[in-house]
Amino acid sequence: MTILSEQKAKALLSKVIAFSKADECECNLDGTLGGNIRYARNTVSTAGEESDLVLAVQSTFGKRTGVATINEFDDASLQKVVRRSEELAKLAPENDEHMPVFGKQKYVESKTYFKSTADVTPEFRAQAAEDSIVPSKKNKLVASGFLEETVGFSAIMNNKGLFAYNQATDVDFSVTIRTEDGKGSGWATRNYSDVKLLDTAEASKIAITKSKNSVDAKAMEPGKYTVILEPAASVGLLGNMVNNFGQRSADEGRSFLSYKPKEGEDPEKAPKNRLGEKMFDERVNIYTDPQHPIAPTAPFEGNGYPRKHTDWIKNGKVVNMPNSPYWAKKTGVDYIPGGGNIIMDGGNESLEDMIKNTRRGILVTRLWYIRSLDPQTLLYTGLTRDGTFYIENGKIKYPIKNFRFNESPIVMLNNIEALGEPQRINGNMIPPMKVRDFTFSSLSDAV
Amino acid sequence: MDRRNFIKLGTAAGVGAMVLPVSGIAISAEQMLDKPMDVAFKKKLADIALNTAKAAGASYADARIGRYLNQFVTTRETNVDNIVNTESAGIGIRVIANGTWGFASTSIMTPDSIAETAKKAVAVAKANSKFQTSPVKLAPVKGVGDVSWQTPITKNAMEVPIKEKVDLLLSVNDAAMSNGANFITSVLFLVNEQKYFASTDGSYIDQDVHRLWAPFFATAVGPEGFKQRTGLGNPVGMGFEYLDGKEEDKIKITGANVGYNKSYDIIEDAAAAGKQLKAKLKAKSVEPGKYDLVLDPAHLMLTIHESVGHPLELDRVLGYEANFAGTSFATLDKWKSGKFQYGSDIVNLFADKTQVGSLGHVEYDDEGVKTKQWDLVKDGILVNYQATRDQVHMIDQNESHGCCYSQSWRDVQFQRMPNVSLKPNEKDISAEDVIKDVEKGIYIAGRGSFSIDQQRYNFQFGGQLFYEIKDGKIVDQIEDVAYQSNTQEFWNSCVQMAGKSDYRLGGSFFDGKGQPSQVSAVSHGCPTTRFNNINVINTARNV
Repeated sequence: MTILSEQKAKALLSKVIAFSKADECECNLDGTLGGNIRYARNTVSTAGEESDLVLAVQSTFGKRTGVATINEFDDASLQKVVRRSEELAKLAPENDEHMPVFGKQKYVESKTYFKSTADVTPEFRAQAAEDSIVPSKKNKLVASGFLEETVGFSAIMNNKGLFAYNQATDVDFSVTIRTEDGKGSGWATRNYSDVKLLDTAEASKIAITKSKNSVDAKAMEPGKYTVILEPAASVGLLGNMVNNFGQRSADEGRSFLSYKPKEGEDPEKAPKNRLGEKMFDERVNIYTDPQHPIAPTAPFEGNGYPRKHTDWIKNGKVVNMPNSPYWAKKTGVDYIPGGGNIIMDGGNESLEDMIKNTRRGILVTRLWYIRSLDPQTLLYTGLTRDGTFYIENGKIKYPIKNFRFNESPIVMLNNIEALGEPQRINGNMIPPMKVRDFTFSSLSDAV
Repeated sequence: MDRRNFIKLGTAAGVGAMVLPVSGIAISAEQMLDKPMDVAFKKKLADIALNTAKAAGASYADARIGRYLNQFVTTRETNVDNIVNTESAGIGIRVIANGTWGFASTSIMTPDSIAETAKKAVAVAKANSKFQTSPVKLAPVKGVGDVSWQTPITKNAMEVPIKEKVDLLLSVNDAAMSNGANFITSVLFLVNEQKYFASTDGSYIDQDVHRLWAPFFATAVGPEGFKQRTGLGNPVGMGFEYLDGKEEDKIKITGANVGYNKSYDIIEDAAAAGKQLKAKLKAKSVEPGKYDLVLDPAHLMLTIHESVGHPLELDRVLGYEANFAGTSFATLDKWKSGKFQYGSDIVNLFADKTQVGSLGHVEYDDEGVKTKQWDLVKDGILVNYQATRDQVHMIDQNESHGCCYSQSWRDVQFQRMPNVSLKPNEKDISAEDVIKDVEKGIYIAGRGSFSIDQQRYNFQFGGQLFYEIKDGKIVDQIEDVAYQSNTQEFWNSCVQMAGKSDYRLGGSFFDGKGQPSQVSAVSHGCPTTRFNNINVINTARNV
């Protein structure tokens, strides 16, 4: 059994800590149990179940740290792993950036565990796949998809009084449905903590509609267009931007958030980063929140520090930048961990309303193969995929060929025309967005 | 050291934030050198899995007992960020029951646990068989009995003391920073797969596989902004000897960079990176338009990977990857025609899992098939794909290509790319010979940003170093270069390549594919090669 209760995890970790002779000793105990099913060409291709339980012990003497881990849990093994981490610590080079472990912490209530997801069986997975395959076959289409659910726990304890425990469940489903001749393709994805919310037939219905409607796509000239980005189309760009929000790289001059001194300004006296600057449309609010009711995360970071609601962008202004305990101390600011999810506030318009209110534009289902072109401007490239449609006078007119885009999320978040209701995607909450002047640079023949 | 089981490199990489998949658990350096489990014992455990699966109703079963070791050392400027040693050991059992695949794995290697896992794999297969429409059909493989194989290495990197590795990386950082870089992260990745494969065909195959990669990511900051440069070394299927940096393995391009062949002088490359970064800050921005491109092997390897390696994976062509990586433009009808002009008639691309020093080099794949070399594109024409045992019958062949791989015991094996390489010119001309005939062109070295559509038509690639070529000579270092093309057009614009003395292996250490996603390592060999009249765009932009 790889999923331990809080009581059992605490008892085991207390035993480990009692063996320690180091200045600092911190342990992580992580267990997972999961299953998956994959199908393609309207039939199941692979499926499996996986489980693991691992204990890691970190010992520190001064600025020297050693880590050892083990997956045996008798007393002798526990003692051995503690001794080994201590020996390694004594051999390790000093880390000038070492920071002490945290003491006892208080955490907000966790909302990440659902028994329904932990109870999923191979039969459930097979039926979920079948519910996607049958309607595809009926429509003479070809389905391929993937369903995976996991239950996991994470426990942390150290000799300075910290103990944290969390159980979480997660279910991910995605499906691509293509026409037999390969001229049409549709896609849908679902991501929940509670598997009861999953309806693979409902998601597949959307992919079926997009697949049928995307046949015989017309070519349009590359250029700047008003786009309606479904959440799956903007989450990649937003995720990349948030990943580049760190204070340290900005302070070091190598980030889009680095401050560029104005002419005549003394660089020594100028700020190092763009904290406090209004860089985006004022409707942009992006934050992290472990207790979000639909997309919750564990209430603590991997180092045991509590997670809490933290704004990154408020009314278009950069209000916080994540850092490390070391960089926070060095620069005399509070430690702000990165958090576990991206929540972006939305607006009132439904996707249908957005289409209705668009004179000329492009509906994008998702973006694919996003890669950085210039970290100074956060310019990215990538392509549209699995359902790209031309909108004229409030209606979807016809499917169009996929485009390559070269665009920056900074531009995207400055050119917002409308925001819809946020939806959970990849553990985040992202609204559909209508954005003007989105740059497409070339056409792709890919379907 | 960091006890969390992943390493996150910052944005210094020029590849954005890079979260490296590290399955397994951290162990001490001395534990890495523990002897692998006794082969006779592994055979006993594997037989429990195979016999239990057969008794439970499996018509075929294979068991992979694996011990996967990784060592990652990360330094930043003058500081050691992280030393991580991980070990992951366990057994993965794959079965066919009622004509359907089933898989289960466990880290608990007691006879009872293995038997239970085998039964679970059969139960998964049976549950899924209710909805199976076409039963799995395996190409025949004759059992080979008890055999063993090891990557040919001369210095086992796991045996090199940590201090030596740390000192090397700190010297790399010092070389870059003394020559113009303001920041640098350097990393050493070592992988050792000790894997034992057994199947109901009667094979018991013990393999010891070694791989190494030593990348660095340097940044220079100036009033103009900041620029990045990554190392020009390659990930390899070699031991620590790759870092010997022998003079005979250096290929110097006048006015540009030094390329590395069978060994890598990482300190020299870091010093060059520092100087080139200073030049990058002041370099002129490219004028967009059509250019003849001369691509060095450390760059072209990635173009081969994306525009030839992936589209010729048979599982993609057939639709098995449709929901994730995508399908392929290189459809079966194009192959069947025997006339599909993938490239110009000097383009010969081949697959090979036997190349010494390559990342894909093994004696047997992860379903017990002996590895080999075969043609993919011959004289410009598409002639074959990359396939596994359960796929080859779909292209009317009865011998697997040996392309089955799993990243660990924990994950199910499936079709992965073998080394895919471009044959050199039969005339052994040099890289500079290729450059000397170009009137208006750009020479690109090193891998940069890369993006390609889900059927592998439209791609856009950047690089690390860009040099303008005028009248056969490299004249200026330039910046903000990316080229956009279509796979078939691009390979048909190939007009010349250097010969075998210039042929070098590049590679991808963490190529992702599948759901759940798995990584694999694969090499691509090629010489410096010229492509005419390619569309170059400028990637600089004000926001």
